[in-house]
Amino acid sequence: MPDTTITLDVFRFQPDGGGHARRSTDGPTFKAYRVPYHEHWVVLDALNWIKDELDGTLSYRWSCRMGVCGSCGMMVNGVPKLTCAAFLKDYYPGTIRVEPLTYFAVERDLIVDMDGFLGKLKSVKPWLIRENEKPVDEGEYLQSPNELASFKQYSMCINCLLCYAACPVVGAEEDFIGPAALAIAQRYNLDSRDQGAAERADALSADEGAWGCTFVGECSEVCPKNVDPAGAIQRVKVDNVKDWYRKLLMPWGHR
Amino acid sequence: MADAIQHDILIIGGGGAGLRAAIAVAENDPDLSVALVSKVYPMRSHTVAAEGGAAGVVKDNDSFAAHCSDTISGADWLADQDAVEVFVAEAPGELTQLEHWGCPWSREPSGHVAVRPFGGMEQERTWFAADKTGFHMLHALYQTSLKYEGRIRFYDEWFATKLLVEDGRCQGVVAIELRTGLMHTLAARAVIMCTGGAGRIFAFTTNGAIKTGDGMALAYRAGVPLKDMEFVQYHPTGLPGTGILITEAARSEGGILVNKHGDRYLKDYDLGSPLDVTDPRHPQKRAMELGPRDRLSQAFVKEHEKGNTIDSPFGDVVHLDIRHLSAKKIRLKLPFVRELAMNYAGIDPIREPIPVRPVVHYMMGGIHTDIHGATPLPGLFAAGECACVSINGANRLGSNSLTELLVFGARAGASAAAFAREHETVHIAALDTQADDERRRIREEFLTKDGGTERLAALRSELFNAMEQGAGIYRTEESLRQTYRTVESLHERYRNLQIDDHSNCYNTELTAALELRNMLDVAEALLHSALERKESRGSHQRTDHPARDDSKYLKHTLAYRRDDGPPRIKYQDVVITKWPPGKRVYGAEASEAATGC
Repeated sequence: MPDTTITLDVFRFQPDGGGHARRSTDGPTFKAYRVPYHEHWVVLDALNWIKDELDGTLSYRWSCRMGVCGSCGMMVNGVPKLTCAAFLKDYYPGTIRVEPLTYFAVERDLIVDMDGFLGKLKSVKPWLIRENEKPVDEGEYLQSPNELASFKQYSMCINCLLCYAACPVVGAEEDFIGPAALAIAQRYNLDSRDQGAAERADALSADEGAWGCTFVGECSEVCPKNVDPAGAIQRVKVDNVKDWYRKLLMPWGHR
Repeated sequence: MADAIQHDILIIGGGGAGLRAAIAVAENDPDLSVALVSKVYPMRSHTVAAEGGAAGVVKDNDSFAAHCSDTISGADWLADQDAVEVFVAEAPGELTQLEHWGCPWSREPSGHVAVRPFGGMEQERTWFAADKTGFHMLHALYQTSLKYEGRIRFYDEWFATKLLVEDGRCQGVVAIELRTGLMHTLAARAVIMCTGGAGRIFAFTTNGAIKTGDGMALAYRAGVPLKDMEFVQYHPTGLPGTGILITEAARSEGGILVNKHGDRYLKDYDLGSPLDVTDPRHPQKRAMELGPRDRLSQAFVKEHEKGNTIDSPFGDVVHLDIRHLSAKKIRLKLPFVRELAMNYAGIDPIREPIPVRPVVHYMMGGIHTDIHGATPLPGLFAAGECACVSINGANRLGSNSLTELLVFGARAGASAAAFAREHETVHIAALDTQADDERRRIREEFLTKDGGTERLAALRSELFNAMEQGAGIYRTEESLRQTYRTVESLHERYRNLQIDDHSNCYNTELTAALELRNMLDVAEALLHSALERKESRGSHQRTDHPARDDSKYLKHTLAYRRDDGPPRIKYQDVVITKWPPGKRVYGAEASEAATGC
């Protein structure tokens, strides 16, 4: 081991029978690992070194290690981070505390339960909805660069869930659809090719939809891809209000 | 033990090919139930990391013949031309279908889809979504697949360990449900393998951790041949240290490669003459920086030998310079390149050149299939990088692989659906008996085993280094033999492997051990295929046999696994339809020697 090392304090949890457990009730343990310090290493590199050299039982998710697959989100010193983009040098010489994403049930060690998120994602119908599908042999739907730009930012979500771990509303209200799924709903609502806003409206305007958001804005702060879910949610609310007024003033009209 | 789970069609792997196949089945026959089994959540699959684009003829100045000809010469004539013709003809429809499913393709001011030039392509035909094309395609496919609720059932984070073959047909798999550790029998009338490549058998690769050749190894162990495994694509521009990909789109937008003297060294390697970056004809298609990947990676090695590369802490590099493109264009067209260079190389490419070196990127070879995605094993189909149809031959052109997973994913889905309708019987009892053996094997070899002395990470890193040393850009009989001996000994030592983790829930050390076995099997097939091909073609460069030899090797290699000793190698003729084998010409000569048809 090189002279220079850094210590990672890593959350450990192994269920007995493979069951689920909330961290708060099950008494987590932390285990300290001393790893070599390299300036170019990220926290994920250090975790891989631990698993390879010290302790094969440490479990976590990762794949691309280039910030696009969205697997390796964890709490690093209390802040949700992609561990493939969190450099040791930004923490050195201090100890780095690594925990699973907060507000999620922990399956094991640094692995959280994603089922809830996938259900929320599906609930906003994240696909292009058309009244009439154009046959493929008639070519593409035209879309100007400006029309593309109006939703492009919200299409950049990698589903890493850092925004859920940053959102106090997610912590208080388990059913809140949450920042990423709402941003993805807006991504389709704002797409000039889409005609499904009305179909998504019920999910978005429910109490656990956009109105659950109290505009803390932490989601946009931690987003590694600058998706700005907070901005998306505010636009959902504005659209909701417009719809509501339209219905009030023109009850005979369509939404 | 849990009861066997039954579906009509099982798809193993949830990347682009698997998702496209699943949607194809769901649309083809709503009565068929599809299970998509993936060791990671589908949106984590490595399709996500593809950057530059997807090729498909769409503009008036382009033609199917030109895309065929580019692909075939790019492949150094090892592609099957009937497969290439099907691929090229179906490409535009598939890309348009993705557009209809919401993929945010970059646009022209007119609102039509925009295209960019790409390496080895005579015309602009690469559709792109800025420089995150794979990411957008994967998420569009995944999100679209969610609308087929009830027809596509997702088994996320299930790891397939064995193909179940009964009555001469592939009828299912054994898979570990990672959350519980339960080893399930999954039975079906047809199985489609879409598990991606195996770049992870090399130390320095653009590939994510999951790309361990699982599907290739499962098929290989079930007696299905692996085809053309000796052909490994090195992408010329990876970041040193991490191997992170800097897309070819950086060069198709006008980026240049320079050595330590500031020379555009590609001019010395039969790739044409450079035009000044201010010349409106720059970048020239099928020339210089837009030559094919095999030739550019080989040129790097030659420059290194001449002492013209630049020292870096992570091996020698050359410079990819995009500064002249302007900050505005870099932000608009190459934002991810900039983000990656800033995060992982510590430089802003608006102000500094990007250090790059060749890096293992793609497997041209894979599970032997025909143009319908069918393998020689009835009931088993394959598509995407894990398969070899072959359209890529000895060297794949950039932006053909994203299109390939759509075209052949859809084809494999349709073929599997037709097969499933004709084969209703599934021999559940026999499958369960086989699965019991597999469950027992995994418990005994890993979970209840004690006293082994070999460590997983040690074996894995020896494999990495041996592959890099003996089976890289240039190979010889001796280097390949030496690496093969190392892999043989690693196979032996693997029996003495000891893992720390004996638990059930998310035992990622167990899956890593099973992945290592897959990697060793793929490496074995690769090395032996490379040893037997005593010629140089495309990405397979033998310094002891430097010429292409069409008289002996205008053939696909088929590697069949044997229990005792190296694989049996057979050959199959390449299908030639309209493009007789010729010389690969890039640069100034190219326009004169255009191989029309």
